[in-house]
Amino acid sequence: MTHILRSEWTKIRSVRSTVWTLAATAVLMLGLSALLSASVKSQADGPIPGGEAIATSLMGSMFASLSMAALGVLVISSEYRTGSIRTSLMAVPTRMRLLIGKIVVFTIVSLVVCAVAAAGSIGVGLAISQPPSVDLGQLVWSTMGCSAYLTACGLFGLGLGTLIRHTPGALVSAIALMLVLPPLTYQLPGEWGKAVNAYFTTNAGQLIVTGRANDFLGPVSGFGVYLAWVAVAMVAGAVLLQRRDA
Amino acid sequence: MTAIRATNLSKRYGGTLAVADLSFDVEPGHVTGFLGPNGAGKSTTMRMILGLDQPSGGSVAVDGKPYREWRRPLRKVGALLDAKAVHGGRSARNHLLAIAQSNAIPAGRVAEVLEVVGLSEVAGRRIGGFSLGMSQRLGIAAALLGDPEILLFDEPVNGLDPDGILWIRTLMRKLAAEGRAVFVSSHLMSEMAQTADRLVVIGKGRLIAETSVSEFIGRSSQGYVRVRSPRLAEVAELVKVGELHADHLRVTAMSTLEIGALTARSGIPLEELTFVRPSLEAAYMELTKDSLEFTS
Repeated sequence: MTHILRSEWTKIRSVRSTVWTLAATAVLMLGLSALLSASVKSQADGPIPGGEAIATSLMGSMFASLSMAALGVLVISSEYRTGSIRTSLMAVPTRMRLLIGKIVVFTIVSLVVCAVAAAGSIGVGLAISQPPSVDLGQLVWSTMGCSAYLTACGLFGLGLGTLIRHTPGALVSAIALMLVLPPLTYQLPGEWGKAVNAYFTTNAGQLIVTGRANDFLGPVSGFGVYLAWVAVAMVAGAVLLQRRDA
Repeated sequence: MTAIRATNLSKRYGGTLAVADLSFDVEPGHVTGFLGPNGAGKSTTMRMILGLDQPSGGSVAVDGKPYREWRRPLRKVGALLDAKAVHGGRSARNHLLAIAQSNAIPAGRVAEVLEVVGLSEVAGRRIGGFSLGMSQRLGIAAALLGDPEILLFDEPVNGLDPDGILWIRTLMRKLAAEGRAVFVSSHLMSEMAQTADRLVVIGKGRLIAETSVSEFIGRSSQGYVRVRSPRLAEVAELVKVGELHADHLRVTAMSTLEIGALTARSGIPLEELTFVRPSLEAAYMELTKDSLEFTS
């Protein structure tokens, strides 16, 4: 398995799309943190509470989730687009090992890069909004939560890419499931509608970034629900990968 | 060891049977040509050998077991399917490195195979900019990485210039001479005549022949004697068994000696008296004429 991980690491580090999507993630995180923190600061009457300052710093994760999902999609869909998936499967005919290799390498890269981006965003945000005090525990928790959330978004993309095998199709699905549909579920009527809304993909997943709870889920349980969504996409993709001709 | 053994291999796509009940062996030490018209099922068969496509029926084993059961298959089998099926953004070196690492092949092999195929100079360049000939060489480098005993090439000379074709032919023969099994597909008989010593011929997914090249020629079509003469009609009358064409007479039942003696006795001058050897091309055309997917 270490050989496969090494190979997947070589693959992910040797294409430009990795650099671009990771750079986009960092720019979105840092840029929006600066922008929104400045905006909050200018509109505030008094000092900004530390918790709010951190939450504002990480608002960029809403869009950075898409660049990470794009990277996740590309990790596998670019192999289908070019046909190099056949080379990969010839080298690693046990298909689950190949997929696990991709998942592990992506997860490590994403956790590291997103933690750095999140920490940087908080740093930039706090420098601008200048809260009187910040809880160190919350700072660490938010950084890790944001990194985990963005990584889950990328894995969602990887699952959809494995399932759909087609870059534009997988990207559109990811955008729909992560960005377009979640706010639309607010329109659903009744108690049932509220539950669907609370449990729907990023509505649940984002709780770990903000550290808040909704009517049904807390930060950790919300993230758990989001991981379940990711797992469904991944398992469906894995089953088809196993069964389909390459 | 039988390098590749297909046993009643079948592949069905929807309603069409791409490969039907195909059985053949590929042995080490030979270049085995895998011959058939376009659409005959050659690539499908190759994908099944490599575990990419699941057979609908039958099985195929690589050195005794299915491809998917080999843990580090590239050390056993090297294959070139589609030279352009690579990520164009990667350098040649990184492309090969990723493949090598997956099968625990030492990274040093990458430089070695790049040297063998003559791509050392462009190792750091993005492969998206490679010509078809360079891509083909890169694909062959990838196939050679694991120093495998078995090699598969799917239409390797397609789109290559004469230099490239000659290079691939020489390489395949060299690999076979080293005791490896080389299985190479082509829809061009003339190509196989130059390279292969054994043939697996298929048409419409079915086995037409599994034989040596020389046997294949002998079995499928006979040679004939071509006679030209300013007095061709008289020759035709004399020979009796000939088949008269516009500008020549075609005789299968008599030798050049017999015909020559006959016409000499009657004092008829000849322009040409040639024994026309059956060509591999002709043998192939004859055998596959019923199995062409599309006839023009």
